[in-house]
Amino acid sequence: MRKKDVPQDANTTLNGARKLVYAVDEDGRYTVVPTTGWEVEEIVTGMAVNRYAELAQEALTRVRQGHASPLEYYMHASRLNIATLAQATGLFQWQVRRHLRQPVANLSRKTLRLYSEALGIGVDNLSDIP
Amino acid sequence: MQSPEYTLSTDKGFVHRQAAHCESGAVSSLLRHYGFDISEAMTFGVSSALLFAHFPFVKVDGFPLTAYRAMPGAIVKSMTRSLGVRITRERFRDPRAGMARLDDLLRRDQVVGMQASVYWLPYFPPDMRFHFNAHNMVVYGKQGDNYLISDPVAEFPVICPSADLQKARFVKGLFAPKGLLYYPPDMPAHIDLEKAIARSIKKTSFVMLNTPAPYVGVRAMRYLANRIRHLPDVSGDPRYAPDYVGTIVRMQEEIGTGGGGFRFVYASFLQEAAHKFNEPRLQEASELMTRAGDVWREFALLGARFCKKRTEVTLEQLADAMLICADHEYDAFRLLRSVRL
Repeated sequence: MRKKDVPQDANTTLNGARKLVYAVDEDGRYTVVPTTGWEVEEIVTGMAVNRYAELAQEALTRVRQGHASPLEYYMHASRLNIATLAQATGLFQWQVRRHLRQPVANLSRKTLRLYSEALGIGVDNLSDIP
Repeated sequence: MQSPEYTLSTDKGFVHRQAAHCESGAVSSLLRHYGFDISEAMTFGVSSALLFAHFPFVKVDGFPLTAYRAMPGAIVKSMTRSLGVRITRERFRDPRAGMARLDDLLRRDQVVGMQASVYWLPYFPPDMRFHFNAHNMVVYGKQGDNYLISDPVAEFPVICPSADLQKARFVKGLFAPKGLLYYPPDMPAHIDLEKAIARSIKKTSFVMLNTPAPYVGVRAMRYLANRIRHLPDVSGDPRYAPDYVGTIVRMQEEIGTGGGGFRFVYASFLQEAAHKFNEPRLQEASELMTRAGDVWREFALLGARFCKKRTEVTLEQLADAMLICADHEYDAFRLLRSVRL
C-alpha cells in the first residue's frame, strides 16, 4: 500500500480514534501512517456488532412475552453466545442452555455469581427485564 | 524507520509510540524502554510472527478460525530465543494478588507489559469492544486509582480505573489472561540482531512453505480459496456464506490491524533487514510481500462488498483473489529461502 492510498474514511466504529498502518512512501521506503479507518473495516465490524444487537433485540421481545430468560438477553447484549458465555463462566454449554430455559430465580446464588462476574451485572439485577 | 511525530514522552521517561499491532507494539516499547532500540516491524519479524492458518475444525463464534499471525503470546515468548532477552512472565490465580504485584512493580519504577480483555477496557471505542482476551499493553504508572497505560494501538497514552483493569485482566475463557504481567528483569550486554533476523526468516519461510498439513502456510490459503468456492454446498442457510466471509475479513482487518496489515508490517521488517545486510534480494522479497498485502486488501474489499451485496461479487472472484495472494507469498518465501544470510 502506498502512503497516498491509505484510506481516511472516518470510521464511526473507531469513534474518532486513529489507527496506524504501514505504507510505502514516494521513495519506496516503509513508514507508518495514521488513518481514521477504512470503509471495509466499518462494514465487517458493523456486521458483527449488529448481529449481536439483533439477537439481543429478538431475545428481549421474547423475554417480555415471558418466553425467555433475561439472562439470554444479557448474554447477547454483552456480545456473548452460549459457547463464549460457557467459557467465561467456566460452566458447560449444556448447563448454560439449561439455565437459560428456567426462571433466573431458580438458579443458586453460586451460579448467579458466575453469571454476574461474566456479564458485569449485579447478582440481584440478573432477573430484571430492561 | 518510524517518524518521531507519533511518539510522546511521559513522566518516568517512558515513551509512548503507537503501533499497528498490540503484541509487537507492547514488546518493542518494553525493549526500547529498557535500552534496546528496536522497531515494531523488527520485533514482529524476528519473532516469526507472520503466519497464515485456517482451521476448519476450530470454531470461533461458530465460524472456522482464520489467523494471519502467530498465536497470542508467541511474540513475548519468542524474545528469549530470538534476541536472548529474558522476559519474566507472571500469572495469578487471585485477582487481588495480581493487582498488588502490579502496584509493587510500578512502585519500583518498572514498566510492565500485560494481557487483558478488550471488552472490559473503558477507553476502547464501544463498537470495538469484543471478547478478545489477548490484547496487550504497557503500564507505566499509577495516579490515585487510575493506571497510566500505553496501549500500543491507541494514539495517546490512556488511563484505566483499577476496578476495570482488574476485570479486564482476570476474565475467563479462550486466551484467558490470568493477570499476565511481563517484563525483562535485565538486558543482555550484547544482542545479535543479525543472527536473529537470519534465523527468523528461515523459520517463517519454512512454516509458510513446508507445513505438511493444508491448514498452515501458503497451502492453507489455497485450501481456504477452495473452501470459499464451494461455500454454497456447505450450508443451505443464505446467511452462512456472507457471515463466513465477513469473519475472514474481520480477522484480517480489525483484529489484523488493517488491510492485510501483517503483510505490510512484515514487508517493512524485510526492508529493514535488507538495509542491515545490504542484500537486494531481501528488498525484492519485501516488495513481493507488499504486493501480497495489496491483494489482501482487494480481497477484503471484495469480501465486504459480497457481504453487503451492493455490487455483484461472486465467491469465485473471492477465491481467485486469495489464490493470487497465495502466489505472491509463495514467490516471496521461495526467494527468501534462496538467500543465504
